[in-house]
Parts: sequence; C-alpha cells; structure tokens
Amino acid sequence: MKKILILGFLINASILYAQPPSGKEILKKIDNNFYAENRVSITSMIIKGRRATRTVTAKSWVQGMDRAFTEYLSPAREKGTKMLKIEDELWTWSPSTDRIIRIAGHMLRQSLMGSDVSYEDFMEDPELSNIYDAVVTGEETIDGRLCYVLDLTAKKEGVAYYFRKLWVDKERYIPLRQDWFAKGGKLLKTVTIHEVFKVDNRWYPKRMTFKDVLKKGEGTEFVIESIDFNTEIPEHIFPKASLRR
Amino acid sequence: MIRFLLKGLMRDRSRSLFPVLIAAAGALLTVFLYSWILGAMGDLIQSTAQFDTGHVKIMTRAYKELADQMPNDLALLGVDNLLEKVRDSEKEMVWAPRIRFAGLLDIPDEEGETRAQGPVMGVAVDLFSPRSPEIEILKLKNAIVRGNLPQEKNDILMSEEFASRLGVKIGETATLIGSTMNGAMAMHNFRVAGTIRFGITALDRGAMLADIQDVQDALDMADGASEIVGYSKDMLYGDKAMLEVTKKFNENFSREDDEFSPIMVALSQQNGLGEYINLADTIGSIIVSIFVFVMSIVIWNSGLINGIRRYGEIGVRLAMGEPKGSLYRWMVFESIITGFVGSALGTLLGLAGSYYLQFRGIDFSGVLQKSTILISSVIRARVTGWSYAIGFFPGLIASVVGTLFAGIGIYKRQTSQLFKELEV
Repeated sequence: MKKILILGFLINASILYAQPPSGKEILKKIDNNFYAENRVSITSMIIKGRRATRTVTAKSWVQGMDRAFTEYLSPAREKGTKMLKIEDELWTWSPSTDRIIRIAGHMLRQSLMGSDVSYEDFMEDPELSNIYDAVVTGEETIDGRLCYVLDLTAKKEGVAYYFRKLWVDKERYIPLRQDWFAKGGKLLKTVTIHEVFKVDNRWYPKRMTFKDVLKKGEGTEFVIESIDFNTEIPEHIFPKASLRR
Repeated sequence: MIRFLLKGLMRDRSRSLFPVLIAAAGALLTVFLYSWILGAMGDLIQSTAQFDTGHVKIMTRAYKELADQMPNDLALLGVDNLLEKVRDSEKEMVWAPRIRFAGLLDIPDEEGETRAQGPVMGVAVDLFSPRSPEIEILKLKNAIVRGNLPQEKNDILMSEEFASRLGVKIGETATLIGSTMNGAMAMHNFRVAGTIRFGITALDRGAMLADIQDVQDALDMADGASEIVGYSKDMLYGDKAMLEVTKKFNENFSREDDEFSPIMVALSQQNGLGEYINLADTIGSIIVSIFVFVMSIVIWNSGLINGIRRYGEIGVRLAMGEPKGSLYRWMVFESIITGFVGSALGTLLGLAGSYYLQFRGIDFSGVLQKSTILISSVIRARVTGWSYAIGFFPGLIASVVGTLFAGIGIYKRQTSQLFKELEV
C-alpha cells in the first residue's frame, strides 16, 4: 500500500512537473532573451527587392525601451543618416538636407530604408509581455526544433499588429517563426529566425527574415554582425542635437 | 413661286410663327447641348492627356499594373536610350519622360525645424533641355502666379493654393520627404522658385512640379522615369493613329515574359478613357437622332393641328380643282422655308451661347473641391464645324419630315365629300 502511495505521488509530481509554462511565462522568457538595459549593435539589413538586392548596415545604441539612436554606415547614399527615438517620438536627420524631421502619423507606416520593416515596427515596445496576452495553443516542430505555438492578442487598441502567432523554441525561448496579423485577421508580416547564437548567457537571433506579405519580393534579411549587452552608453548620444553631430 | 409662298407665310403668321419657333428652339438646344458636352468632355480628355496619360504613355509592364499607386520601384530604367529609340521611330510625335511621386513637403523655420508640412503630389518633368516640350504642353508660362519658372537646379513650382496654405514665400527652402526607387526614405531640399495655378482642383490642392534630373537625384532614380509620355505634334488626339503607334512600339520593344520591359498604351487604353471617347463620339449622333425623332413628332403634330385649322382652306383649294399633289408640294415647300428660317435662327442663337461659354466657361471649382480627377475646374463649351450643322440640318429635316407625314391627310379628303364638309 505504501509503495502504491509513493508511486501515485511520483506520477502526480511528474505530471505537475511536465505542465507546460503558461503563455505569460513564455513571453517573459522571450523578453529576458531580447530585452536589455543597454544594447549596442551593428546590423546588416539585406533588402531583397523585385529588381535588386541592397545591403544597409547600421550601428544602434538602445537604452531600455524608450531611447534608441541609429546611424547608417553604408551604402554611400544612406551613410550618415541618423535616427533618434525618444519614447513615442522619432526623428531623422540626413546629411544631404541637414534637416531634422520628425516622423509621425502615416509616415510611421513607411518602410525603413526600403526594407520590409516599418518605422512603426522600429518604434515598438521590445517587451512582448507589455503589449500582448498569450495563450499556448499547441506544439509543433520548426526546422527540427520543438516549439510552443502561442496566440497573442493585444492588451489595448492602437497596436500595429493586433494578433500574433509565435512558434517558440521550447528549449531556447526564441520565436523561430512569427506571423503578425491586423485586427481584421489579415496576415501582414512574417518573421523567421534562421540562426541563433548565445551571447552574455542569453539566446539571440543571429540571422532572420522579415517579410511584408503585402509587398512583392523575397523579404528583408537581418544579420546581427556584433552585439554588446549592458555596455555603458554615453549620455551625449541621445539629445536631439546629436543627430547633427 | 417662292415669293408667293413667302408672302403667304408673312401675312398669315399662324402658318409660320409656330413651326419657326419650334425649329428654332430645337436647333438652339441641340447646338448648345452638343457644344457644351463636347467642351466638357474635351476638357477632361485634354487635361488628362496634359497631366497624366499623354496621347500615348510608356511604362514598364509591372508599373502599368499598379500605375495609380505610383510604384517607382517598378519604374523605367535606361530612359535616355529608350527616348532616343522612340524619337527615331516616331518622328511626328514629341516625347517627354516624367516621374510621379508622392510624399510630404516640409517647410523649415530658421532653426531648420518643421514650420509647416503637408502631403504633396509631385510631377517631375524635363524643364531645362532645349528639346523638351513640357513648358508648352503644361502651359507653365501662363500658369505662373508668383515668382518665376525654375531657373536653377533644385528649383520647384508649387501650386499657389498649397503654397499659401503652408505660408511659403518665393525663394524659401522646401524639403521633400518621400521614398526612393528602392523604397528607402528620401529627403531632398528644393527652393520654391514660383507658384502656379494648374486650373485642376486635384493638383491645385497640393502639387509640386520639379525638374526631372533633380527628382532623379532625390529619389535615387538615375536614368529612370515613371513613364515617357508622347503627344502628336499638333496636340490633337487621334485614337486610331495613336493605337497604331502603340501597336508598332509594343511589337518592337515590349516582351511579355519580362515585367520590366516597356509597354506603350494609348490615351483610350488608360483610366477607362476609351469608353469616354466612344461616348463623346456617339453623343453627337444620339442628340441628332433624338432631336430629329422628337422634332418630327412635334412638327408632325403641329402640321396636323395646322391641317385641322387649315381644314377649310385646304378643302376650298381642293374644291377649286387644285390637285392634291400640288397642294402637298406647296405645304412641303412652306415647311422647307419655315424649317430653314427656324433652324438658322436656332443655330445662330445656340452658337452665340456656345461661343460665350467657350470664352467665359463656368467655374466649378466650388463643386470640385474634393475631386481627385484631372479635370479643369473651369468647364467651357467647344464650338466646332459640327456645331454649325448639328442643329441646322436636323431642324430642317424634322420640319420637312413632319409636314410630309402631316400632309398625307390631304390624300384622305374625298372630293365628293368636300362641298358637304364645307357647308358644315
């Protein structure tokens, strides 16, 4: 009898132990991978248009959720163009015009440097758990890796993508595939992570493709050339005047 | 005989006044309506050709599919070479490359920060090449309100209404924020050289006009253009001839398996204008047919009334031995005279009204404030050679045909019954 009780306890414990994490917990784990107090990175954006492929490289300084500064390094036409995000506002400066222009309204929906990413995507809160409620709807295998399938619904109105579907690597908590939908249910964008790497004890995408499904073309590939988390970012980076520097 | 007839008509007004008035009213309405509709339709076709479709237009196949979205990522490249080829191939036409674009026009303050901003629809045309026909085609010299035509690199013209709304002075900087051919954000500084009135509400609300080379620089479109427009040298659109030019070009230069190969379309193949042109062509004949039909019935009816009124007169004439055929012919001659006088009078009045509206036009800008179609806000009548004939001949024919029908009654009168009828 004692043995049966112990066996029953062990079975119950293993069932409890095998309970999948909730959607909220999974989102938190993704955020832990993606979010950092400070981040300095160099990225390449390979934009595959209908006619030609262009590569745009940029260096970004990101502080928390509210402050980001990007300077484009190449190609020659984009070199020196800078962008500054402070909370909900976004400014850009180009050396050819020497004008600081605030990007607002419908311009935020425009493509960033001709890529499949919009300024609105760029402005988005990086912590998914702040914007979405998540429900685990199943498990599927993506590229040979077992994933949780999550349905995300925005917590409030005015979010660019009201619904999202995520396939999250069960082991690394990286969304290997994402489908982004409008409130009406129309698929707007897909994001596929092809390669991940471990940096500062967190998993991070190394190479991923954004595809605006409303545009023709093969999408935009993002490659993280280098990234440093939690490095000090000097204060002089973020004032608006730094755009002209 | 004619003098005798005229005397009769002049002395007995009841025989002439009513038919003349009816023929005059019909002819007046026909001439006026025809000239007005022709003018309004012609205005639309001319404005559309000037600013949008050309008489023919070359685009890439991919651009053509989405032309109303101005997808400059699908624009023509190698434009200089293509222009040379079409100029060689069609020597009786003038050709001009254009870029259409949209974006925001941002006016800075002294600090370089945004002072005013508004959405802009842009057209880039060749303003500086000596062989460019654009200044004449777009009638830019006449359209200037303030300032001058662009003289230097990066000079632009803004619509006067737009410039006033943004509070722009001549010589100020205006930054275009748009998309490059690759879809990247484009920012480019221009100088406002002048303001113009396009006379087309959709453009007057917020348009800018720049030199194509400056816009090629701004939008990263080296040797590129959204389209090449072609016009016949006399600037008159002939659908058949333009369709021929289109067919020849497409046979020589266009490839179905390449979405970026150029394709030419005629004005009638764009924006549903073909149906419009057909409508314009048939509208004259529809008006004439309806007019002849309605007027014939009216004049036939008036002939019958006349016949009843002149029942006694015709009876006496028949009783006196005048042959029915002769009487019938007299009535027809009378109708020719009344028809001629009435139609001529109506045509003259119709032409006078049409010429007045051709000169003055009617300003519909209040009604067209939210319009996005390229139609002139002042719509004018247009008098052509047809305007002289379109009311006159149907008026004359209707008068005669009406009398021919009404006069048949003469043959139904029985001579044996005449005296009995006359007693009554």
